[in-house]
Amino acid sequence: MSADVELNNVSVTFGSFYAAKSVNVKINGGEFFSFLGPSGCGKTTLLRAISGFQDPSEGSVLIDNKDMSGIGPNKRPTSLIFQNLALFPLMSVSENIAFSLEVRGVSKGDRQKRANELLELIALEGQGEKKVHQLSGGQKQRVAIARALAVEPKVLLLDEPLSALDLKLRQRMRTELREIQKRVNITFIYITHDQGEALTMSDRIAVMNEGEIEQIGPCDEVYNNPLTPFVATFVGENNPLFGKVKEINQNKIKIETPDGDFVSTMNENKKLNIGDEAIAFVRPESLFLPRDGDSFDNLIDVNIESFEFEGNIKNFYATLKSGTKIKFSIPNAIDTSLISSGTKLQLGFESTKSSILPKAQLAID
Amino acid sequence: MGNYLFTQPFFKKNGKAVAIYFLVAIVFWFVFLVIIPQLYMLDLSFRSNVPPLARGGPQDYYTMEHYQHFVFGSKTSLDAFNFVDLGVFGRTILVSIVVTIANLLFCYPIAFYIAKIANPSTARLLIVSLIIPFWINELLRSFALRILFANEGVINNFLTGIGVIDQSILFITYDIGLYTGLVYAYILLMMFPLYNAIESLDINQIEAAKDLGSSSLRTHWRIVIPHAKPGIVSGCTMVFMLTVGALATPVVLSSPNTLWFPQLIYQWFNMNDNWSRGSAYSIILLIISVIFVLAMMRIFKVKIGEIIK
Repeated sequence: MSADVELNNVSVTFGSFYAAKSVNVKINGGEFFSFLGPSGCGKTTLLRAISGFQDPSEGSVLIDNKDMSGIGPNKRPTSLIFQNLALFPLMSVSENIAFSLEVRGVSKGDRQKRANELLELIALEGQGEKKVHQLSGGQKQRVAIARALAVEPKVLLLDEPLSALDLKLRQRMRTELREIQKRVNITFIYITHDQGEALTMSDRIAVMNEGEIEQIGPCDEVYNNPLTPFVATFVGENNPLFGKVKEINQNKIKIETPDGDFVSTMNENKKLNIGDEAIAFVRPESLFLPRDGDSFDNLIDVNIESFEFEGNIKNFYATLKSGTKIKFSIPNAIDTSLISSGTKLQLGFESTKSSILPKAQLAID
Repeated sequence: MGNYLFTQPFFKKNGKAVAIYFLVAIVFWFVFLVIIPQLYMLDLSFRSNVPPLARGGPQDYYTMEHYQHFVFGSKTSLDAFNFVDLGVFGRTILVSIVVTIANLLFCYPIAFYIAKIANPSTARLLIVSLIIPFWINELLRSFALRILFANEGVINNFLTGIGVIDQSILFITYDIGLYTGLVYAYILLMMFPLYNAIESLDINQIEAAKDLGSSSLRTHWRIVIPHAKPGIVSGCTMVFMLTVGALATPVVLSSPNTLWFPQLIYQWFNMNDNWSRGSAYSIILLIISVIFVLAMMRIFKVKIGEIIK
């Protein structure tokens, strides 16, 4: 059983500080939904509002269309997985998993049975008698998930639970979390500052900045069509090119910058007018070395400064005519041995792979 | 040999001078202030009571008479047992246990509040207001309680004044003043170990329990108390030992009809000039205290290292 979660105009204030400001979002039952944002953007506050540890100063939280105000965390159909997991160190793994059943007065035999079922779900059969400290990082992670699932919550809330793991394990746990979510088929609400995590696991994400949601949408849409400069630079990497709007033509928009004019498709907001200050964004992987016969909507002259080898790709750092620095990545499969610092090149990018947005704060500032 | 000693981690970590100071200080404290006096008392408790000048003379011999006196009373007594002393002893132990439990029940909620609920400035204020009364000498604090609890004291006068009672409550006669005084006397020794233990609990543990559906009471029972166990045992042993050995508070606050065991010891030493018997009674009290500590450790399955932490 999964449930919809709805935040209606939710604000949380601490004194005069808005930790969350007029947040509106409807998360569908069975969805894997992520709140993505830098630390201090209010995403944990929202999670605490959903779990019941934090009362909203304004607005309401609805779970299964039921207003949750006045209902404590121990009475909500939600389970929270803490950033540090908060497993109980003095209890065995089974006792940890069955704790929510113990407090509901479930008999010892039934508790044991359910704990064993869950141990199987997380592939830790027969390890119920161990103490928590005897488990590895990834195993602890899975026990925390099993413990949260034991009462069959309708919504599972996850507060950056992977942040303490090393890279390989983190990547494996992403897949596992996604699989567990499909198996138990309940709503997962995930909090993270790691865009890789959010993009790989989620059905939809909400990008947050300073207490407000900047954009909500499916991962590829948020990545390909950011609606604000903050989203453009926080989700993935992006090169900003500052300029002024020169032409608007149906769904194409042209920007004039010191490094030339660039064309991009207009996003759905259509907020820009001719003469407005704007930024054209192009991602490092969308900049190409033109080969014979290639034609691109946009061309740009660069002067290579340095490069680094990352394995699957090679990153180049270059300056434009105006002194603006940009980064571009070439797959390792392409021979780039002739490019070194001081090389002058022309790069190309498609209008569909770039966004022109009204000038505003960047995530990298 | 000397070189070998100085290469030990303890010396490397602290430096030669500091390490030697530590060693000397600890050895001095332990040997001269703990072991030798206790051994001397132990020896004395098995000797006949003779004036100092007769020590080592023919009248000075080893005997069990002081321990026998504690159990069976004087040789001229007609009773089968020394009901008076045994009674005082039993009551002292029993009341000390009750006082310790009362102390724990009183301190736990406050310690929890300071450690986990109060904001930092409130917590500081509360800790300071707990400590300040203890700047005053124990004897004076006891007298202050005596003034509160006396038959014509502040509480009785107030209650008769507003008409709640028409006769004074005999707080001192029924030892209510004594019990209150004993609970109050060592409250900090319960409060701080408890506070330290609870403070070190990750707040997420409490929230996780709550999120999983646990009531507050059960969260305390299953999460907070097990975590705070070393602090509880540490506080209880300290409070018990000091209560069972308290002298000033009972002298001021106990009713004229009852005695506290240390008062008995005091009488043997100072009023009856019988140091041997006083020593024997002290040794009995010491043994009981040690048994209590070991029992607490056994019951709560706590190791000595955890208590000192």
